[in-house]
Amino acid sequence: MIEEGLKSELQKQGVYVTTLEDLYNWGRANSVWPLTFGLACCAIEMMAASMARFDLARFGAEVFRPSPRQADLMIVAGTVTKKMAPLVVRIYNQMPEPKYVIAMGACAISGGPFKQGYNVLKGMDRYLPVDVMIPGCPPRPEALIHAIMTLQEKIKNQKLTGPDRPRHLNADIPGDFPVPVYGPHDLEPSKNPGVWHPPLIKR
Amino acid sequence: MPTATSSYLVLLLLAGAAVGFAAAPLAAAWAWAKFFSPNKPGQDKNAIYECGLESKGDAWIHFRSEYYLYGIIFLVFDVETIFLLPFAVAFTGLPVGAFMAMIVFLLLLVEGLVWAWRKGFLTWN
Repeated sequence: MIEEGLKSELQKQGVYVTTLEDLYNWGRANSVWPLTFGLACCAIEMMAASMARFDLARFGAEVFRPSPRQADLMIVAGTVTKKMAPLVVRIYNQMPEPKYVIAMGACAISGGPFKQGYNVLKGMDRYLPVDVMIPGCPPRPEALIHAIMTLQEKIKNQKLTGPDRPRHLNADIPGDFPVPVYGPHDLEPSKNPGVWHPPLIKR
Repeated sequence: MPTATSSYLVLLLLAGAAVGFAAAPLAAAWAWAKFFSPNKPGQDKNAIYECGLESKGDAWIHFRSEYYLYGIIFLVFDVETIFLLPFAVAFTGLPVGAFMAMIVFLLLLVEGLVWAWRKGFLTWN
């Protein structure tokens, strides 16, 4: 392992030193392929982000794949109804590792303006490990681009080895997430306790 | 001859390099998957991709092959129309040979129509 000081000294002299880990993460971070997957009006902003004006291609994330087999990133763009939630989780399960989730917009984060509705899931993070959340209703394409950049930072800081390595490099952590089923009143289970860690608010 | 041998050796080296260029990324990907990235198959992941829904039934279903008959009968009228219009436009200036050729063509198509009619394919069922 090379020290940061030596690395920057060498870089000043025109010698670039890197590690396998950095190289791997650099490649991964700059080719995040999202899934073509829109649920509501946020998807319109997502489309705009991939078009010429906002040009998501600058971040290597313009290749929207129509099949989960080829996608790295799921952008949950819009309101997730309880009818749609099992399908979203199932599609996420069908994506190959490593995979990431961006919850785009107020609805995907918390249910948004439809939070009190009987049929709206109150946040995709109840079932999926959301990496980046974008507030907004809908968020502007710049916000999505910022989320992609945030995700890129996250990917670049992931470790290849060690106990804190990400899920896709750890054989002990299963890749599948439990798909909820329709119960008589609500989705069952109503949340995945393995991924949903709401903050404790003491009153 | 030494010169001829060495020139072929270059070709051999280039061929080796070309194969290596194609095979090295595949080998690297294989080695990476083997040493770093564990395989994580799952019930959902191995299932057929169908927009998140569980696929129902079998993919090996019977299609009605009779449909091709309707396609062919449609073609009879379609092709007939295409040729009939220029035939009608140029009708007065046509020589006898061209007229006969056109009549034979029409008779062939009409024969097909009569065959389909007698077989009962014009009745929708």
